[in-house]
Amino acid sequence: MSLSTNEMNRSADEKTLEAEFQRRIDNEEKIEPKDWMPQAYRKNLIRQISQHAHSEVIGMQPEGNWITRAPSLHRKAVLLAKVQDEAGHGLYLYSAAETLGISREELIDALHTGAAKYASIFNYPSLSWADMGAIGWLVDGAAIVNQVSLQRTSYGPYARGMVRICKEESFHQRQGYHILMTLMEGDERQRKMAQDSVNRFWWPSLMMFGPHDSDSQHSGQSMTWKIKRQSNDELRQKFVDQSVEQAEAIGLTLPDPDLRWNEDRGHYDFGEIDWEEFYSVIAGNGHCNRDRVAHHRRAHDEGAWVREALDAYESKRSAARTA
Amino acid sequence: MSQSNMKLYEVFVRGRRGLDHKHVGSLHAEDAEQALEYARDVYTRRGEGISIWVVNSSDICASQESDCDSFYDPLDDKPYRHATHYQLPDKVNNM
Repeated sequence: MSLSTNEMNRSADEKTLEAEFQRRIDNEEKIEPKDWMPQAYRKNLIRQISQHAHSEVIGMQPEGNWITRAPSLHRKAVLLAKVQDEAGHGLYLYSAAETLGISREELIDALHTGAAKYASIFNYPSLSWADMGAIGWLVDGAAIVNQVSLQRTSYGPYARGMVRICKEESFHQRQGYHILMTLMEGDERQRKMAQDSVNRFWWPSLMMFGPHDSDSQHSGQSMTWKIKRQSNDELRQKFVDQSVEQAEAIGLTLPDPDLRWNEDRGHYDFGEIDWEEFYSVIAGNGHCNRDRVAHHRRAHDEGAWVREALDAYESKRSAARTA
Repeated sequence: MSQSNMKLYEVFVRGRRGLDHKHVGSLHAEDAEQALEYARDVYTRRGEGISIWVVNSSDICASQESDCDSFYDPLDDKPYRHATHYQLPDKVNNM
């Protein structure tokens, strides 16, 4: 292979830059938007942050489904506040992704074409009021385990967004747990409804942490770059350990016959996840995949006139200023 | 000396990597580039930071504290937005 002098200089420069970049990361220093960074780091971050942003936004749909049918005005106000928070979290994350040089239009377009993913748990339907409980307790609970870890991610804007999100997220899990707790204090039908919901959401919640470390496509490099700080399996274990006691405290059973305390490991052992289901839902075959994206696309298209009106108003105003 | 051609700039300094830029003060300068140099001379003489932002003061759009009630509500009547609103069993109360 022969390289021109220019190319050799460039690759030597790149090596120096990359070494400096990795030194910062090894030193626990954050990377900020205007720093040099490897193209693959940028690409990997855009993928992860946008997937995270899309999850916040698509995650509004299963909960939005129950706002008009909340059992009391209080629960309705709580659910509205929670869904409003998710929209805000989506915004924080889109803005963090945009600091990497990608536009909001490109991000939304990737969601619509399916090029970008979102957490596959939102492709499951919310069938009963109890699902608002299970989603808050388990789905937000799993998300929080992940997000607490990401507060230490190497990219500054992402880390700062996570700090803000974790602070606001603290009520989400508790309100969900409170819904289930109240149902478990109710009559037989209410307890059944709560248990049924946990039965449906437990395994998909475990899947939220992604494939086993040994099968995870992006994990190795993400750990070296400290985009991810703990592995999928570590985070999943943490979530299982904390959930067992919480389930017991209100009389819920987690639907896993293999779930038991392992004295040697100091952790709960649990059964094997149905990975076929996981990959099938990611591939688009969940109950709600098509609905979720179609709904987002419709909302986006139907909102086009607002964006156009804002644009027209601004042009008119700036014309008036220069006149 | 007349400062008639000078504009007012607000100065923000990032203390170290990972932190937000924080407002530290303002100064007069002819343009942004010069404002950046002045800010360096005035606001970072003791290792205060590693990155400076300067913004035209006239470009800052601010709400007033006196408008608080009508412009944004502190939402004191919505305690359910706080985690502490939900009473959970003692065993799991650190959720």
